[in-house]
Amino acid sequence: MDKELQDKIKGLIDSKKIFLFMKGTPDAPMCGFSAGVTNVLRSLGADYNSFNVLSDQNVREGIKEFANWPTIPQLYIDGEFIGGHDIVVEMAKSGELQKKIGA
Amino acid sequence: MTVQEIREKIQAGLPGSEVEIQDPYNDGVHIKAIVKFSGFAGKSIVEQHRMVYATLKDELKAEVHALGLETKV
Repeated sequence: MDKELQDKIKGLIDSKKIFLFMKGTPDAPMCGFSAGVTNVLRSLGADYNSFNVLSDQNVREGIKEFANWPTIPQLYIDGEFIGGHDIVVEMAKSGELQKKIGA
Repeated sequence: MTVQEIREKIQAGLPGSEVEIQDPYNDGVHIKAIVKFSGFAGKSIVEQHRMVYATLKDELKAEVHALGLETKV
């Protein structure tokens, strides 16, 4: 991945404590898994920023390499890769996600 | 790619694993894999999922994007 793209991705992640790469927007998710993660974040009252990967093919492919994670959505908290849909849902059930968001 | 092929790919990549595939809509698209594998022990959930994804690298590139995953030791 070239440095410019890497810097762009890193800049996005660092722009907010909680950052979500998703398909579509929180108000209009374009995929069931992206919708699922935004629902979890909304239910927790999380303050987050998001990026619509459908608007940028380079970011869409780049974050898969960046996180060594093949699918979207991808959630980051404090710059750390947390996981995709299944992990976010599981962590919300166990209360672990609430801790990370509140910390 | 059939459900059977996905199961075989995961089991080939994680020898000794138990793999259950659910296809709730019977459409071969919204698939969920439940993978039980002793090699997950001591690994974070992110690492466990990465290990499963690694066995399906090519399939995921071709946008089998609706793969749900649950891992167990």
